[in-house]
Amino acid sequence: MVEHLPVLMVVTPLTFSFIVNVAGMWKRWLCFPLVFIPMMACTFFAFAILLKVTTAGEIRYHLGGWPPPWGIEYCIDHFSALVLLGVAVISLLVSIYAYSSFKKEVDGYRSPQLYALFLLQTTGLFGITATADLFNLYVLLEIASFSAYAIIAMGERGADFAAFRYVIFGTIGACAYLLATGYIYILTGSLNMTDVAQRLPRLYSSRALLVGFTFFLLGAGIKMGIFPLHSWLPDAYTLAPSAVSTLLAPLFSKVGGYVIIRIMFTVFDSSFSIDVFPVTDLLGLIGGIGVIVACVMAVAQTDLKRMLCYVIVAEMGYVVIGIASANRLGLTGAILHIINDMFMMACLFAAAGAIFYQMGTKEISRLSCLHRQMPVTSAVFVLGALSVIGVPPLCGFFSKWYLLLGAIKSGQWILIAVLLISSLIYAIIFFRVIEYAYLKRRVNHMRPGKSGQHPFQLDKVPISMLVPMILLALGIIILGIFSGTIVTDIIEFALPSSISG
Amino acid sequence: MKMETVQAATPMLALLPSLLGAILILITGQRRANLREFWTIAASVAKFSLICSMLPPILQGQIVEYTFVNICKGIALQLRVDSFGMIFAVLSSFLWIVVSIYSIGYMRTLKEHAQTRYFFCFSIALFGATGTALAGNLFTLYMFYEILTLATFPLVAHEETAEAIRAGRKYLAYLLSGAAFILFAMGLTYNLTGTLDFAPGGYIDSHGSKIILSVLFAAFIIGFGTKAAIIPLHEWLPSAMIAPAPVSALLHAVAVVKAGVFCCLRVLLYIFGPDLLKELSLSLVLAYVASFTLIVANIIALTQDNLKRRLAFSTINNLSIILLGASILSPQGIKGAMLHIPFHGFMKITLFMCAGAIYAKAHLENISEMDGIGRKMPFTMAAFAIASAGIAGIPPLAGFISKWYLCLGAVEAHQVFFLVIFLSSALLDAAYLFPIVYSAFFKKGKRPKFDEAPPLLLWPIIITAVFSLLFGIFPDAFIHLFQLATHSVVTIFGG
Repeated sequence: MVEHLPVLMVVTPLTFSFIVNVAGMWKRWLCFPLVFIPMMACTFFAFAILLKVTTAGEIRYHLGGWPPPWGIEYCIDHFSALVLLGVAVISLLVSIYAYSSFKKEVDGYRSPQLYALFLLQTTGLFGITATADLFNLYVLLEIASFSAYAIIAMGERGADFAAFRYVIFGTIGACAYLLATGYIYILTGSLNMTDVAQRLPRLYSSRALLVGFTFFLLGAGIKMGIFPLHSWLPDAYTLAPSAVSTLLAPLFSKVGGYVIIRIMFTVFDSSFSIDVFPVTDLLGLIGGIGVIVACVMAVAQTDLKRMLCYVIVAEMGYVVIGIASANRLGLTGAILHIINDMFMMACLFAAAGAIFYQMGTKEISRLSCLHRQMPVTSAVFVLGALSVIGVPPLCGFFSKWYLLLGAIKSGQWILIAVLLISSLIYAIIFFRVIEYAYLKRRVNHMRPGKSGQHPFQLDKVPISMLVPMILLALGIIILGIFSGTIVTDIIEFALPSSISG
Repeated sequence: MKMETVQAATPMLALLPSLLGAILILITGQRRANLREFWTIAASVAKFSLICSMLPPILQGQIVEYTFVNICKGIALQLRVDSFGMIFAVLSSFLWIVVSIYSIGYMRTLKEHAQTRYFFCFSIALFGATGTALAGNLFTLYMFYEILTLATFPLVAHEETAEAIRAGRKYLAYLLSGAAFILFAMGLTYNLTGTLDFAPGGYIDSHGSKIILSVLFAAFIIGFGTKAAIIPLHEWLPSAMIAPAPVSALLHAVAVVKAGVFCCLRVLLYIFGPDLLKELSLSLVLAYVASFTLIVANIIALTQDNLKRRLAFSTINNLSIILLGASILSPQGIKGAMLHIPFHGFMKITLFMCAGAIYAKAHLENISEMDGIGRKMPFTMAAFAIASAGIAGIPPLAGFISKWYLCLGAVEAHQVFFLVIFLSSALLDAAYLFPIVYSAFFKKGKRPKFDEAPPLLLWPIIITAVFSLLFGIFPDAFIHLFQLATHSVVTIFGG
């Protein structure tokens, strides 16, 4: 049974997306259970996969029984297993969260197509992580992207145009990726990642290969949202419905990061990425500038969700910095950051969505005295904020620590400065919100009288939105405390052995 | 001296009361305010008892250790209690009991708002302070250091006025920037040595070139020195005086700032070590910076009319006295510095609590308005007088003992210049503190209607003033501060 899990992860949400489309038209109330069941199943599968991989090594599955390199192969190693688990858990929590959130925000919340697209989205994300075939990755990338375009467009006014911009950018990115795959196929005659990795070293001096590699990075970079390819991101994720942002913002960009690391270190050997075509230096520059620019843009925002979108761009810059350090420590930081940031960003976006649900606004200046009306959401937001700033023992500190160590080891002092300065800028942007939420008094809000009585008011947000938020916040704490275990048991094995340091 | 390490859960248990107390305080809330206050008192007493229970093994030369979880290769979330850590731990936990009683009186007299948040943050702040004291390596230290900064931020901005929020922002800006330097220094230390532990006498020698070690030292001192209020990183402290008096008393005279100084000493003596510092002459640079801060802070104190601001600059002065004593690198000097941490704590907290009592009762903040106040509040001002004498270093008060050893240290190291600095500082202390006492008792004031501070405010003041006197006569009384300091110095110099 366990051998089939890689493909089950992808097939389950795919099948259910068709089922929910049909069943939902028959009975409306079936929509949510038919989303919840595959998400729950996939989370179990992901746990089982992680357990199997950590004990027995990587899992390989041949679609249709066809052996590679003729057939499509799904391969899950430590890195994929970790990312898969993160995607599964967050998709599950967001599907619960979406139940009420869609009701409030999306006009078409009754239509089963919405839920079908949600499931297709997760299909794509799971598939990208599980597959070991370059063209199959393209197919799943497009499935994920098209569902993303559609569900983003269901947001508020302006969302359709934001989605259209995303379509343009995303399609350029996907085409770049497809072109690159084409180059690889022409040069090696194979599409299987492992096979290609064996054939490529002979061709490292080929110019076509360099172009292919660049297109890979371009394509994945657009999807990831690296500066300067990120301009579609703020609009798309701000104007999308809250549950959609909470799903896409943490997951899509991180899966893009996964793709880049796979390409740079599994398909192409690390010696190529570091020595033959020293792209790591360039990536360091891009990552560093990206972090600082995104942080500065975040400071300028008055909309809470837009601010968080720029934080995502900056966080992706961190992953790039980790890759650019070109040593084990930096790459550990990048991988750890991928998984940590999934949880941190999901937590923050979920909180922003809950705020929008109850307060009806995303403007930071309208959030004074938030902690009285939404104590739980404010607390969750503070936790997420502290994690992004990098306060131990929350998870954000540990990925930052490894990134810092990687940068020190490679002697890139500018990146060290970027890491530290960005933490301070994060402190500025998050404490601005915290100040409004906890310290500023509303203008027409009466100061509590002599008795100081303020009845404790729970957030007027449905439990189906509160519980996932709280679980994500707990996840941040747990991930932080167990960072050591994650690194020694999983990430150590995920790093390619060709990297030194 | 043989130092065996004992594994026990006591350090972790000692941290728990403040954490659990904070959660209980949050749950209890304003409705049952008396129950909430009970949690604070219970937590503080429990914490002090647990920490004192570790005194016997520490005094015998053992180290109590508790490892929580492994973070990274070579780093664990670990508590390791040694004699130097005990000084700070015992000081902050004992004073928490005293200041909790004082806080209750202060908050109720002034009918303050947001009391639950206040007591919650106070409790978490003590969690951070004790954790810093008991930390076994730089990572654990950094974690509790950050928790301390973040927990005290809502306390600084407590008043929620525009000025308070500004003060809070300044507070965070300075302290978090300092934390960035510390993080960099931590990363560099790990890169050079593969560990973040503390070892008496230092261990980083020979792990890096002179330049790298100097950069490392500078990063550490800028980072921790922000909390230790070295000029020019000190500006957050006077602004933070906008916080309620108990906050200024415990946190900004004892817990937060002493955490900064404590960490500086950890870096000086347990990471770099006296030998390396002498070799690189880094300590001399620190000594000059500290001397400059000392004198300038005292001069600025003379110009301040706001009582709490004057006391804030006095605190800056005393923190740099500790740093100067340690950077002279002589055994007696270091002993004096380690003794000055608790002794100054007791004296300064008395002064701040008096200032708070004056504000709570008479709503006076400026010294120029405090003529004749001694007649209305005799006990308060008597305690103020005792503590002032102690700060100036007059026997038989505690301040004399620590200053005596500091001066001995300067003589031992043949540093006449620093001896002169210590003595002039004492002179200036008298210059800005004694006039307050004089005008309180001997000048005629207007006749406002108020009387002595209520018992909840007064008794803590009397207790700390008495202790300031007691420690001057019996420096080793009750909590064995003298022995702890002596033992620490012996281990550092490889006894």
